[in-house]
Amino acid sequence: MNDMSQDTYVTDDGRTIGGVVMEMKNITLRFGGVVAIKDISFDIRQGEIRAIIGPNGAGKSSMLNVISGFYNPQEGDVFYKGKKRPPMRPYKVAQQGIARTFQNIALFEGMSVLDNVMTGRLHQSNAGILSQALWKGRAEREEVANREAVEKIIDFLEIQSIRKTPVGRLPYGLKKRVELARALAAEPSILLLDEPMAGMNVEEKEDMSRFILDVNDEFGTTIALIEHDMGVVMDLSDRVVVMDYGKKIGDGTPDEVRNNQDVIDAYLGVAHD
Amino acid sequence: MPDQLVFGMEVFLNGLMAGVLYALVALGFVLIYKASGIFNYAQGVMALFSALTLVGIMEGQVPFGHIINAVFGTEIHHFGWHVPAFAAILLTMGVMVLLAICVQKFVFRHLVGQEPIILFMATIGLAYFLEGVGDLMWGSEIKKLDVGLPQGINSAIDEATLGMFGYGFFIDNLDIVATLIATLLVITLVIFSQYTKQGRAMRAVADDHQAALSVGVSLNFVWVMVWSVAGFVALVAGIMWGTKSGVQFSLSLIALKALPVLMLGGFTSIPGAIVGGLIIGVGEKLFEFAVGPLVGGATENWFAYVLALVFLVFRPQGLFGEKIIERV
Amino acid sequence: MFYREAGDFKTSYASDNQTFPIKFDRYRYYAVMFVAFAIVPLIINDYWVSAIFLPFLIYSIAAIGLNILVGYCGQVSLGTGGFMAVGAYGCYKLMTGFPEVNILVHVLLSGGVTGLVCVLFGLPSLRIKGFYLAVATLAAQFFLVWLFNRIPWFYNYSASGQINAPERTFLGVAVTGPNTEAWASYLFCLVILTFCALVARNLTRGMQGRQWMAIRDMDIAAEIIGVNPLKAKVSAFAVSGFFVGIAGALLFAVYLGAAEAGDSFGITKSFLVLFMIIIGGLGSIFGSFAGAAFLVLLPVLLKNVLVGWLGWPTDMAAHLEFVIVGGLIVIFLIAEPHGLAQLWRVAKEKLRLWPFPH
Repeated sequence: MNDMSQDTYVTDDGRTIGGVVMEMKNITLRFGGVVAIKDISFDIRQGEIRAIIGPNGAGKSSMLNVISGFYNPQEGDVFYKGKKRPPMRPYKVAQQGIARTFQNIALFEGMSVLDNVMTGRLHQSNAGILSQALWKGRAEREEVANREAVEKIIDFLEIQSIRKTPVGRLPYGLKKRVELARALAAEPSILLLDEPMAGMNVEEKEDMSRFILDVNDEFGTTIALIEHDMGVVMDLSDRVVVMDYGKKIGDGTPDEVRNNQDVIDAYLGVAHD
Repeated sequence: MPDQLVFGMEVFLNGLMAGVLYALVALGFVLIYKASGIFNYAQGVMALFSALTLVGIMEGQVPFGHIINAVFGTEIHHFGWHVPAFAAILLTMGVMVLLAICVQKFVFRHLVGQEPIILFMATIGLAYFLEGVGDLMWGSEIKKLDVGLPQGINSAIDEATLGMFGYGFFIDNLDIVATLIATLLVITLVIFSQYTKQGRAMRAVADDHQAALSVGVSLNFVWVMVWSVAGFVALVAGIMWGTKSGVQFSLSLIALKALPVLMLGGFTSIPGAIVGGLIIGVGEKLFEFAVGPLVGGATENWFAYVLALVFLVFRPQGLFGEKIIERV
Repeated sequence: MFYREAGDFKTSYASDNQTFPIKFDRYRYYAVMFVAFAIVPLIINDYWVSAIFLPFLIYSIAAIGLNILVGYCGQVSLGTGGFMAVGAYGCYKLMTGFPEVNILVHVLLSGGVTGLVCVLFGLPSLRIKGFYLAVATLAAQFFLVWLFNRIPWFYNYSASGQINAPERTFLGVAVTGPNTEAWASYLFCLVILTFCALVARNLTRGMQGRQWMAIRDMDIAAEIIGVNPLKAKVSAFAVSGFFVGIAGALLFAVYLGAAEAGDSFGITKSFLVLFMIIIGGLGSIFGSFAGAAFLVLLPVLLKNVLVGWLGWPTDMAAHLEFVIVGGLIVIFLIAEPHGLAQLWRVAKEKLRLWPFPH
């Protein structure tokens, strides 16, 4: 890790990309006899938008699950902020500042939008159960502080009007946005987005792309995302990892990846760009 | 031979027999669960209801006699005829099929796609409902049920063991018959679900509702069929337990005996229900025999549950259940 | 028209977050509290207290407790009867062991003990889910009742195997024992219920409640966004057990006066409380009250109408009650899984717009 380059650089659109914040080293993940991820290494730098692409079943979601601690790889190590991360339960990973959204929306259907987003503030709340039971002191102060932070995100994502609506009643596109809000509420250092634009129409995709760019720009959040829409990926991301059958076949800037022969063969060759 | 060991063997044998009866009730659960994902708490009450109906029909009782009398001030109780056991069993089976249709039509058709736990709670409601209806229909006093099954000590075993160990084992004839019938029932059910068209349809529905629908299996029909089969199993269990200890409310509590059997054996496995039933039958009798006197007795009330609970913590899917895979 | 939120602007997040954000609700709440504390004690007699008020207050506490576990955290428990027995026997042992200590302390302590026992039996919930867990909690039910029936230490070696509540006073007034005035036991339970309801409301509207609901709605996703499932589930079992234990202690000490584990805390009690929250509304504090009121009133009503007016035999009225309760459970699960509380909410939504629905 120490030998990795820590130099920062500035992108064409004026954002500063820092050193490596997370590094995956020789990750191998198996389910029984099936190898989902085979010896993959790549890194994510501070402040960048990193995309993971690949055909269906390439192991992209598994990779995201490894990062968020839901799966523990059989081989390989995850380095986070310069330190090797031991295998740990997902909630511990979340506490370290890694938030995510899900491919199939995983909102808490029985709760209001506001409560869903507030759940993201879990790690900013330390009030004991007694303080919460009496609604005095720390619990009350934290609740108000959290609400203020959450309202900022609600404003930012333009979901003010549905604040108190139960999530179950929302249309698909809005649910995706609420899920993004919940992840943002945690003020993560790395934000993982699992197909944030799946099943959306062009306008919704444009909205979501704008939000992703704004999040990255305004909060400086590092983002790793999986997406199928090649156009979107190439426009949004600073660097792209390409996976196929659990192996990494390309890694680099969108332009580099576009011209990589392996990638063209495996994936882009069949696209009609 | 030391006495304790001989007593223990007798307890073991009796435990096996009891285990077969537990397995019989557990089978009804497994059938419904496999085909519809419904965990039917009402299975025990169905056994009670079928036994009540059977006695009622045999005795020529007037259904809802008490209410009719209370409302109209009449004094009718019996039609005055007696129905032979075999015909009464057939008629009761008809009632159970009718019940299956009603349950499907009025309850579970409206709950398709709900979470399993909601369905489970609905069956608890159903159990209460059915218990009330059974009591209103046939009255709640304890009834004797005799369909001509042999009862009493089996003298052949008694004499044989007396010769061998100098101590005659007490094995009830009814338990032996029950064991035979249960074995027969299990074999029939396995053949039915493996080799008949309806059985295949049932397994298809269990696997995937949507896929089964798309190849032309009628969900409604399969579910009615499954509930009918479960009703039949309940009837058999009701006859066995009713003959043994009279038809009364406590009969519905056999469901509570079957639940740990299921947890142990896995909810989806017919062999699991049988092995689980035997383990629990033998286990609770031996535990009561060995440990019961030290701690005040009546450990049968909870032994099965605690055993199943401890077991589940280490193997959440039970002995034969399908492994639970979690994903996001 | 009188029920509205227009013009009732919130200037702080704290005021938007209070229990009754709408003015009318708040005033009605004050009015109900005033009637309950100041007027009812003056006019009630023994019959009303023992037939309706005490069971309603005590079962409300139990229902709130179970609702936290089932309605908020999604962990179905069928062991409520057994846990209430822990509260009752705990209270009995404390009352007889430390007669000089205040009864209120005993009641709260027995709640605490029940919370611990509840956690013990709740630990398997980390491995097993859904109705597997529901069935597993039956282990608690049967084991605990057996324990209190068979181990003489718990009933102080009394010949009958029963436990009897000795007389204890609170602020100089007897609240347990045969010489208790109706209004005293009523007020004692009311104070405890009010405390429990406020605590439950505070817990469920804050971070703790959100963690529980997150586990209920989608446990895997909850863990991935940072909810510690062990802490969330254990705390739900503990808090739930605390309330259920208090209810058990009150049921024995204040209401029944004498109890025997099998009769008073059998599995029917577990189902009764579960039915209360299904009918009242899962995941709603108000629903716990509504369900408790409904299932306490229904038998009284049936008995008065069928036995009193129509002259039916009592056992038939009891059977009909089974049919009605069972039927209602099924109907509510089909038509309105959120119970009476949801019906109430829908009515309020309509009222809010009335008389101009568009």
